[in-house]
Amino acid sequence: MAEKIKNTDVLFNPLSKNNPVVVQVLGICSVLAVTAKLEPAIVMGVSVIAVLAFANVIISLLRNTIPTNIRIIVQLVVVAGLVVIVDQVLKAFAYDASKQLSVFIGLIITNCILMGRLEAFAMGNKPWPSFLDGVGNGLGYAIILVIVGFFRELLGSGSLLGYQIIPQGWYEAGYVNNGLMILPPMALIVVACIIWVQRSINKDLQEE
Amino acid sequence: MKSLKRYLDRVKPNFEPGGKLQSLQSVYDGFETFLFTPNTTSRPGAVNVHDALDSKRIMIIVVLALMPCLLFGMYNTGYQNWLAAGATEFPFWQLMAYGFLAVIPRILVAYVVGLGIEFAVAQWRHEEIQEGFLVTGILIPLICPVETPLWMLAVATAFSVIFVKEVFGGTGYNVFNVALVTRAFLFFAYPAQMSGDKVFVSTDSILGLGHDLPDSFTGATPLGQIASFAGDKLELLNLRGDVISTWDAFLGLIPGSFGETSTLCILIGAVILLATGIASWRIMLSVIAGGLIMGWIANVFETPTYPASFLSPVDQLLFGGFAFAAVFMATDPVTAARTGVGKYVYGLLVGVMAVLIRTYNNGYPEGAMLAVLLANALAPLIDYCVVQANVSRRRKRLRERAGA
Repeated sequence: MAEKIKNTDVLFNPLSKNNPVVVQVLGICSVLAVTAKLEPAIVMGVSVIAVLAFANVIISLLRNTIPTNIRIIVQLVVVAGLVVIVDQVLKAFAYDASKQLSVFIGLIITNCILMGRLEAFAMGNKPWPSFLDGVGNGLGYAIILVIVGFFRELLGSGSLLGYQIIPQGWYEAGYVNNGLMILPPMALIVVACIIWVQRSINKDLQEE
Repeated sequence: MKSLKRYLDRVKPNFEPGGKLQSLQSVYDGFETFLFTPNTTSRPGAVNVHDALDSKRIMIIVVLALMPCLLFGMYNTGYQNWLAAGATEFPFWQLMAYGFLAVIPRILVAYVVGLGIEFAVAQWRHEEIQEGFLVTGILIPLICPVETPLWMLAVATAFSVIFVKEVFGGTGYNVFNVALVTRAFLFFAYPAQMSGDKVFVSTDSILGLGHDLPDSFTGATPLGQIASFAGDKLELLNLRGDVISTWDAFLGLIPGSFGETSTLCILIGAVILLATGIASWRIMLSVIAGGLIMGWIANVFETPTYPASFLSPVDQLLFGGFAFAAVFMATDPVTAARTGVGKYVYGLLVGVMAVLIRTYNNGYPEGAMLAVLLANALAPLIDYCVVQANVSRRRKRLRERAGA
């Protein structure tokens, strides 16, 4: 029973209390790069969840056989292999999204969240908790991506997932999409707002 | 006056803790100290140095220094409308009234949005209301084109007051100039509306005053014309098609953002600021020096690829927002460098960058705004270097003395 509670913590803590993006501030580059629209943000989020979960499981299975001084190389090889698979799957089944994401799928390899979880969790835990940890952290990352992508696409392009949301009448009345939302600086400001809201809800996260 | 004071005293208990309007306490406090000098004084027993030049008075003097620009902006708005309609007579009071009606909604929007946020934040943090927005609120309409849609102005003002000022801790803590960030937000968020040749001239009649111009009307600013210029011989035209002389540019009878066309009025403002000792002459001088140096370099290597290099160094100072930025923006005491030498470096950076951006990046017809914001970001670094250089120089001197 005690272990089960721990597993749910492993899964759910990264969603808010220990979120990889807004608490640990990892993986910010890809948040800037892929969130101008909602769709690539979702695809990117799902890809990271898949890569992170399976990389965690594989490294966890291998954890007792990996020599310590080459463990980073082994981890990189595993992640790189998974990323190539995800990249090929996207090219085959979601070609447009893969076009939009361009190099950023490949750059999942360099995403700090992956190396962080592999080093901090998978190297010292059994496969099942490692899998949950991977899914949890991937979800925590994906949630932030989706929130940022939602606001950036809604305010910057007036649409969501490509469908126009802002009524045509507004445009005729003089409303204009906010071009700054499409530019990368605004992604940082939206992330900052999420951090602001989250810290004011969870007082224990506030730094002195 | 006395009855006003009596009224304020009578309603005061409502705003004190426990009163029914205590949530508006800082609003009340703001009004009271704005209207009357507080009767609480510092306690005896400690040494207090009290400067009569408090921040309220500084703000008011800056606003006064901006008045010539504001008044001229009104006249010029009317003048450009009349000129574009092909008028030959320019009735002074009608032009003024037209410009007044054109700008007053923008001033109101800037003040209502900005002060609303300031009041709310002050109340939320239980602080006194700070006066910083008095100047910002008048600067914003002055540096924006006259046709800026009101809601865009409101969004931009709200954005910059919250994200540039309040999150850093309020007046006096901001890293960037609030009014300029408002302008930059407008420029980057709504590029199609904020640049080009549609917004700088008022094209509709207001309350029966002025002229309705056809929708197809375009009136480019001198710098806008330069940015889209192709050819060998640069000739800037006003709305009627006449050549703009250096004298026109100095007086300010050219299309441009509301309050920054007239170098003459900006000079009057500069004299007020310098005479009262509020703005730094070091910064003004070095911004102008930087602009002249870079303008001269650009002019020496003039090339049709970058049409702004055809401008003489003096014209570089007269067109666009350069003079306004030099006098009112770069000298903002909060965001500028504070050390003496640092002020020269900071000013030179602003001047050089403004002309550099304007000349060598055809995408940005005007560079003064971006130059000041860049220098704002670097000001703490400049100060740090100056202070460290001073520290190491004195340490070296001490060591030499000890050795000798």
